Amino acid sequence: MKKIKYSEITPEKIYLKRREFVKKLGFSTGSLIIGQNMIGDAFAANDNLQEKITERRYVTTYNNYYEFGTRKSDPVEKSQNFKTSPWNIAINGEVEKNITLTVDEIKSSFPIEERIYRLRCVEGWSMVIPWMGFSLKKLLEKASPNGKAKFVEFTTVFDPEQMPGQRYPILKWPYKEGLRIDEAMHPLTTIVTGLYGKELPNQNGAPLRLIVPWKYGFKSSKAIVNIKLVEKMPTSSWMQASPKEYGFYSNVNPRVDHPRWSQASERVIGSGILSERIPTTMFNGYGDQVANLYSGMDLKKNF
Amino acid sequence: MWPLTAISLDIYYNELGAEPVKKIMNHFGEWTLIFICLTLSMSPLKRFTKLSIWIKLRRMLGLFVFFYASIHLLAYIGLDYRFDWQPILNDVLKKKYIFIGFSAWLLLIPLSITSSQKMMKILKNKWKILHKLIYVIAVFGSLHYIWLSKTIFFKPLIYSIIIVVLLALRIKIKNKDINYG
Repeated sequence: MKKIKYSEITPEKIYLKRREFVKKLGFSTGSLIIGQNMIGDAFAANDNLQEKITERRYVTTYNNYYEFGTRKSDPVEKSQNFKTSPWNIAINGEVEKNITLTVDEIKSSFPIEERIYRLRCVEGWSMVIPWMGFSLKKLLEKASPNGKAKFVEFTTVFDPEQMPGQRYPILKWPYKEGLRIDEAMHPLTTIVTGLYGKELPNQNGAPLRLIVPWKYGFKSSKAIVNIKLVEKMPTSSWMQASPKEYGFYSNVNPRVDHPRWSQASERVIGSGILSERIPTTMFNGYGDQVANLYSGMDLKKNF
Repeated sequence: MWPLTAISLDIYYNELGAEPVKKIMNHFGEWTLIFICLTLSMSPLKRFTKLSIWIKLRRMLGLFVFFYASIHLLAYIGLDYRFDWQPILNDVLKKKYIFIGFSAWLLLIPLSITSSQKMMKILKNKWKILHKLIYVIAVFGSLHYIWLSKTIFFKPLIYSIIIVVLLALRIKIKNKDINYG
């Protein structure tokens, strides 16, 4: 792949801000794909170093968001009138205090950072996306999870009037996803409020979505209305649709094939017709930060 | 030749979007299915209209099935996997939708080789039996599409319904044959 200077593909203002952010966040530099070269040897042989941020037009027009339809172009075409305000998010279940917050309250409660993560879709493609957001941990702490909170369940809004895909039984609506509490509390697990330095577009999950960069994209719920802390492992919509194909963990893992697709490699979105697939990396390249969450676990069984 | 022209223009004007390789594969895959449906429509059309022109068209349509299926396969092997045989072999053996799609393409080979008038004469009755393979190919083709979809999608369902209807028309013919000796 041709090396392209980072500054060539990003508006300068954002570029400068990003540099500042990289300096500011001692921890997060490791998690930034662009910043990975700072870690040194572990990534020296990794192609990630050459990856560039995916063009905005692809990030905002090529989406899997079945609430708006199953075609990749459905979300951008059918979500433009979707109402994201007013919007409340309830955090409840195994918590000291149930809380309901508006999106604006959430946005103004925490400093918003730019986080550049690679998104790996279970279908075998990936993008590198500059999200705006903050760690989910901070939001959960507002509600003070209690000792019984072992898992977190995320629920997407159910509104078939506005979401044409929900009028068909494509999946069991509302869309549900889940994380183990330690995964949810991991600093890489991000509540996203923006994209490319701007508001989060509707087709990308506005007003508020999740990003769990080391898991396949479908784990990252969009248009969240409820975050529930629970004792038992929740069943996600995809687990319900096809338990043999979709496990609870769904960590990016090139050694565990999806029954229908090999996960050994991926196509890079926007890289053009003649570019090659790149090898998929364990935990989507975030192994240094998250592998310890799964020590002693058989990831073939717990896929 | 329209499908070939359309995609060439898209490639030239760079209008294939985020996943051009996938789009090219899907494009030719879908045209393969369309030509399978067209090929299967010919003998029912002959029956309804009592015109033999349909049967003459059938050979050309059948060869187009093989033509587009081959480009579809070539795009997968050459563009997507860069002739990297290890993962391709892995896919063919382990992924059922690829296995069945590849099998359908293999079955198309004897049909294409024996498509000429001359072969028809040489093979006589055997030709008819051999060319019944198109029914198997049609079923494999629609399963290939259904199995690669993540959930119940509209398009694969439509193609399957059309193929099932076209095959059902033939069962009727057979029953008639039996009834009337």
